Amino acid sequence: MTILVIAEHDNKVLAPATLNTVAAAAKIGGDIHVLVAGQNVGAVAEAAAKIAGVSKVLAADNAAYAHQLPENVAPLVAELGAGYSHILAAATSNGKNILPRVAAQLDVDQISEIVSVESADTFKRPIYAGNAIATVQSTAAIKVITVRATGFDPVAAEGGSAAVEAVAAVHNAGTSSFVGEELAKSDRPELTAAKIVVSGGRGMQNGDNFKHLYALADKLGAAVGASRAAVDAGFVPNDMQVGQTGKIVAPQLYIAVGISGAIQHLAGMKDSKVIVAINKDEEAPIFQVADYGLVADLFEAVPELEKLV
Amino acid sequence: MKVLVAVKRVVDYNVKVRVKADNSGVDLANVKMSMNPFCEIAVEEAVRLKEKGVATEIVVVSIGPTTAQEQLRTALALGADRAVLVESAEDLTSLAVAKLLKAVVDKEQPQLVILGKQAIDSDNNQTGQMLAALTGYGQGTFASKVEVSGDSVAVTREIDGGAQTVSLKLPAIVTTDLRLNEPRYASLPNIMKAKKKPLEVLTPDALGVSTASTNKTVKVEAPAARSAGIKVKSVAELVEKLKNEAKVI
Repeated sequence: MTILVIAEHDNKVLAPATLNTVAAAAKIGGDIHVLVAGQNVGAVAEAAAKIAGVSKVLAADNAAYAHQLPENVAPLVAELGAGYSHILAAATSNGKNILPRVAAQLDVDQISEIVSVESADTFKRPIYAGNAIATVQSTAAIKVITVRATGFDPVAAEGGSAAVEAVAAVHNAGTSSFVGEELAKSDRPELTAAKIVVSGGRGMQNGDNFKHLYALADKLGAAVGASRAAVDAGFVPNDMQVGQTGKIVAPQLYIAVGISGAIQHLAGMKDSKVIVAINKDEEAPIFQVADYGLVADLFEAVPELEKLV
Repeated sequence: MKVLVAVKRVVDYNVKVRVKADNSGVDLANVKMSMNPFCEIAVEEAVRLKEKGVATEIVVVSIGPTTAQEQLRTALALGADRAVLVESAEDLTSLAVAKLLKAVVDKEQPQLVILGKQAIDSDNNQTGQMLAALTGYGQGTFASKVEVSGDSVAVTREIDGGAQTVSLKLPAIVTTDLRLNEPRYASLPNIMKAKKKPLEVLTPDALGVSTASTNKTVKVEAPAARSAGIKVKSVAELVEKLKNEAKVI
């Protein structure tokens, strides 16, 4: 068995989610190859070659792959993937965008967002916003799978010494083109990789009040997240949203501030090791999953918390 | 131009689902069913395109049981012109649904196909991308803005770090994200009118599509329950617990 892992990167840096995906591949067992498709990806390919357990890196370096357009990348993955037993990608926006297109081209069903590997053909994945866990078995010759990063501890980024092989194949479907992008800037740790996450909800009342959470987060070295209510109200940008439709996080400590705890929000954070809820409504559903609950006005509790930690 | 919108009948998003005792699935008997929230956003976007004069006809399609006609009628009440139901009692995988949709696309020849980004039951997030692969069209997934101009469509997509805009040649596939729009409610007169709009019923056999699958659900179980937490009385007590009991800070 040989497994192809699609590297997650921005043409400059290999994203940590790749390490979790390789960890899932290692659990399946077999040779692990990593595909780095992009433009000027030399440094990313070198980083991928150092990942523990990776035996070969395929580097497809072409302007057609620069922005990970699925119309161009999916045919490449489908072509290369034909010789593999498994094709894995992280369940990031790129992975979710590209991999189903690959699966359909290979005429196999995909298994999305696995959280555990039971055997080489059987996997567990959450359904119904995490309210049920399905065990799915695949009889496909090539198993196409996206991996939920929080379900797997990352493998070491160093220690491997895989050979880097250039891939010449160029696919340019010509049906799509990149126009531009607007990335949110942040000095805090990345939400999905942070050890501590502080999240605010509708109870924050406005965007300005998020400064209390930023101050607390900076003291804790934490990332800041938000509920859908806070994003919809325009308090913070959408890439901060934690939940079924946003990001899935599983930090050591999750502090939910002014968040009621709707099913869709819980789907994104209920695998956190320790959950703290600060809410003035003692009936809020968030208290049912919180390890430590504090019924208090957040505008008094959060500054006090910041002082004490 | 003609717009095709795919909608799915799913358990209502407010329902707290229960896993069946025999672990064969989730108990959906006597549970409220609705149109998948992302599909509502897809219908709304199509209707807005029609109101802007961009779309001339909206065809709404669902693949599922006979009862999915209810969701198609809802879409008709919201502004779709006619409906197609591909009737199948089986639990279909995303690939099977994408193949059936491909057959409907071949028949209808729409310029734009709008789907939700994921269904809140299976949480797969696959069908739109698979349909794009099967048709060979460009795909604009997780759309927060859709602008048709001439023979192309600009789609602003929600990505992990922010937003990205791509331009797709028509015909194209778009999947909706939450922030694309705020769906409207159907008015009573429109619900009455929707009853008279055409609804065609097809079968996978009639479309010549095999719905065989390579995936099998072996078991469905409830997630591990979290042990009950405690309420602390003060911030000082919370910090003390986090430092000494949970040891996370």
